[in-house]
Amino acid sequence: MAKQVRQLDRVVIRFAGDSGDGMQLTGDRFTSETAQLGNDLSTLPNFPAEIRAPAGTLPGVSSFQVHFANFDILTPGDAPDVLVAMNPAALKANIGDLPSGATVIVNTDEFTKRNLAKVGYDSDPLTDGSLADYTVAPVALTSMTVAALQDFDLSKKEAERAKNMFALGLLSWMYSRPTESTIRFLERKFAARPELAQANIAAFKAGWNFGETTESFAVRYEVKPAKMAPGTYRNITGNVALSYGLLAASVRSGLPLFLGAYPITPASDVLHELSKHKKFGVTTFQAEDEIAAVGAALGASYGGALGVTTTSGPGVALKAETIGLAVALELPLVICDIQRAGPSTGMPTKTEQADLMLALFGRHGEAPAAVIAPQSPADCFYAALEACRIALKYRTPVVLLSDGYLANGSEPWLLPEIDELPDLRVEFATEPNHELPDGRRVFWPYKRDPQTLARPWAVPGTPGLEHRIGGLEKADGSGEISYDPANHDKMVRLRAARIEGIAQDIPPLTVDDPDNDAEVLVLGWGSTYGPIGAACRQLRARGVKIAQAHLRHLSPLPANTGEVLRSYQRVVVPEMNLGQLSTLLRARFLVDVISYNQVRGLPFTAAELESALEEVVKNA
Amino acid sequence: MPRPDAAPSGAPAPGATVPRSLQLVPKAEGRLTAKDFKSDQEVRWCPGCGDYAILAAVQSFLPELGVRRENIVFISGIGCSSRFPYYVETYGMHSIHGRAPAIATGLAVARPDLSVWVVTGDGDALSIGGNHLIHALRRNVNVKILLFNNRIYGLTKGQYSPTSELGKITKSTPVGSADWPFNPISLALGAEASFVARTIDSDRKHLISVLRAAAHHPGSALVEIYQNCNIFNDGAFDVLKDPSSRDSSLIRLEHGQPVVFGANQEYAVVRDPAGFGLRVVDTASVPASEIITHDVTVPDPAYAFALSRLSGEDLSHTPIGVFRAVDRPTYDELVRGQVTTAQAKVTQGAEAELASLLHSGDTWTIL
Ligand SMILES: Cc1ncc(C[n+]2csc(CCOP(=O)(O)OP(=O)(O)O)c2C)c(N)n1
Ligand code: SF4
Ligand SMILES: [Mg+2]
Repeated sequence: MAKQVRQLDRVVIRFAGDSGDGMQLTGDRFTSETAQLGNDLSTLPNFPAEIRAPAGTLPGVSSFQVHFANFDILTPGDAPDVLVAMNPAALKANIGDLPSGATVIVNTDEFTKRNLAKVGYDSDPLTDGSLADYTVAPVALTSMTVAALQDFDLSKKEAERAKNMFALGLLSWMYSRPTESTIRFLERKFAARPELAQANIAAFKAGWNFGETTESFAVRYEVKPAKMAPGTYRNITGNVALSYGLLAASVRSGLPLFLGAYPITPASDVLHELSKHKKFGVTTFQAEDEIAAVGAALGASYGGALGVTTTSGPGVALKAETIGLAVALELPLVICDIQRAGPSTGMPTKTEQADLMLALFGRHGEAPAAVIAPQSPADCFYAALEACRIALKYRTPVVLLSDGYLANGSEPWLLPEIDELPDLRVEFATEPNHELPDGRRVFWPYKRDPQTLARPWAVPGTPGLEHRIGGLEKADGSGEISYDPANHDKMVRLRAARIEGIAQDIPPLTVDDPDNDAEVLVLGWGSTYGPIGAACRQLRARGVKIAQAHLRHLSPLPANTGEVLRSYQRVVVPEMNLGQLSTLLRARFLVDVISYNQVRGLPFTAAELESALEEVVKNA
Repeated sequence: MPRPDAAPSGAPAPGATVPRSLQLVPKAEGRLTAKDFKSDQEVRWCPGCGDYAILAAVQSFLPELGVRRENIVFISGIGCSSRFPYYVETYGMHSIHGRAPAIATGLAVARPDLSVWVVTGDGDALSIGGNHLIHALRRNVNVKILLFNNRIYGLTKGQYSPTSELGKITKSTPVGSADWPFNPISLALGAEASFVARTIDSDRKHLISVLRAAAHHPGSALVEIYQNCNIFNDGAFDVLKDPSSRDSSLIRLEHGQPVVFGANQEYAVVRDPAGFGLRVVDTASVPASEIITHDVTVPDPAYAFALSRLSGEDLSHTPIGVFRAVDRPTYDELVRGQVTTAQAKVTQGAEAELASLLHSGDTWTIL
């Protein structure tokens, strides 16, 4: 019997299971199939900090949410339309997020008395009526997988492990996804063990065929490709995009990339990624700690390399003194902070935006640095390039504030033409730049470019420019040690002016205000761009007027920031912290911004922002 | 950025007898002198400070390296000793407390065409920077670390340091320190440093010979230099300098020579049958065959460690000279080798390579 095919505009699916069930891989594969089909998409992985929490328990649940649509979307979706629950723990941990009417596909094989008891279910939710609000599709995923693989020479355990591919096959059938990329992927992944590759492919196909033949699924869905700008796309996570952005900066500057890093969630993947690309002349140095990581990056930068360090909040705290040294030395240095929930160890795998003040002010003395933040996973590529551009041109540390949500989330990325990326070439000093009263030509390491206020970058090995620099205060121009009060005052102001001056070299803050008649502006920074944008769309679709602006540069702020803030009756600033940007804006511009905050370790949902913003509009 | 492979004509010809540690560093065209290494900065140590003698020794030694002045870099931490780079007419960085080995590691890995030196103190290297020191040593990065050990915090005006004796009375320990001190040589050997040596500020000839050995060593070198702080710890090394005690206290290590000392070589070092180490005996009391012959190349650091344990806190039986100099791959060579191997496989320009990378994996095209 041919099945009915129903068209949908958008779907949100969440795959959830034990951390050993391979849910991240399943989600990744489904995402890749979806990308191949041409839908727009956005993903949100959510995994426990423990590598292997006890099997079947609530802390061990790992999930992957993917939102895909036939139009451009901005977020991984507020609530799943479909939950795939591989065990009772996955059901219990996720069911609360589902709207009534949502579909729940459960692996009935795992709903044993013991597993139910493990997560505190007194009775079986599949039979006690507690799931009455949902469409429940019970599927014996494990046993059907084992049955499908009986001809393979595999242990029962090995066969069971392929159940995620059965689930993927079923969902791929349900949503009419192309399957070739997954088959190719499995062949590649298990190239060393062809029988495992074939078994996984067989499980995947069995899942697909099950959907096709079973009576339980009467309807199949289609989500047509989204209208996207022409070009070649790939799906990319924030951390990979960030790594590629750093590589691109190295290529476009002609400087070898030196990454100093100490492993930390959620930043380690940048170290892993860049360590694979030595052919670009990249050196990755896994240091003994974060202080050494940034120190080595600064040392490399002193030697004329593009020095970068990647870390998360706890690491930034340790690097503070060295970043201060970079401020004093006026050397390029890029510090990537992939923020996570704090304080202290906090929730390492969960996202937050609470390091803004740390990035801006977390050093002793007046130690200004540039700070920028990407707004989406793919944007991490451009943000990394921009961080390097500023660092190289202004000879300054630049802090790039990504976060766990951007780092692990993904979206389609329209691949750029390399020669259209900014030209980051720099000139090293090669000659004396100053004439003494007696006519001698000498090198003054702190004689600045009048335009950028950047000092010359004279790398060791350059004859005739031998000089000493250090953390002690230096005389303006000559760079000699100076304790002169007026000189210190001048140098402090010069360092601040150099950073402030970057405002002339960045785009003004643009406002999206479709009819130019909104009274309320919502201003965000960093990874809240997607949820804020989605909320604004929903409001506008209902005729509610709202303007949106998003800050990429946090230090310096775009030159017109004050003007933009003052041209709206009310300004709302949603942040995943307790109001760090709003505090700053209030102090800088004396504008009474409304702070909307949440620190749950998860991105905002569009719906909650929608109602919060509507509230402000109503009272404006 | 100047590349080692683009080194000008002064670069050493392949096969010349240039030590591996300096092979990639461009050679000086003419002969430089100590004067070429004196910067125009007024030296600001206390009159009589041992740092002066070390500075003069280093300045007179540097021409011997035979490399271009602009390819030498001194990186220091914080402390009296760490003012050193300001006074040397090379490239230099006075960094932050304890971190010089980390900064120098990044520089040395990024720039094989440089001769990179670290200047540090006992507090800088062993207290706040202890972690970086041991890791730089175990990694074996091509940096030469000069540790000025005055057994006190000089710059902060006289607190005890990690090398001060137990019971030391200082500003912060009015009734005596309760901290057990480090022996920097033992510590470095514990970290499996490939080159470890000790010398003393007052013996210029010895100091220079040790600097030379360090400079020629491929990989990290730790040189502990006993340095008198005449303001806060005056006379700390007098037993090793005073004619009445020096001969019976100083053990001058010479590779290939029996370890004997004393005005008339009346003391000798032999295996300690009662323990795991070495001990001092009267030369006359043992057959010559039992006396240890010093060998800096012994692979097991336990030998050099045993030597380092001969000296007590009171500096009796203090070996100076090179304890250990073993050849093993350096971190920077290995890392650069990996990069070079990867780069050798590249058949297109960097931009095309980047384009291929971005387009790798699953892509799709919208027309
Ligand atoms: C982070 C930090 N902590 C403390 C200090 C203060 N400080 C400067 S030098 C020093 C100790 C230096 O002792 P040592 O390394 O033995 O050098 P010396 O002055 O004896 O040559 C201390 C504690 C500092 N500069 N930075
Ligand atoms: S305090 Fe001691 S170490 Fe420092 S300069 Fe004076 S004598 Fe030298
Ligand atoms: Mg000291």
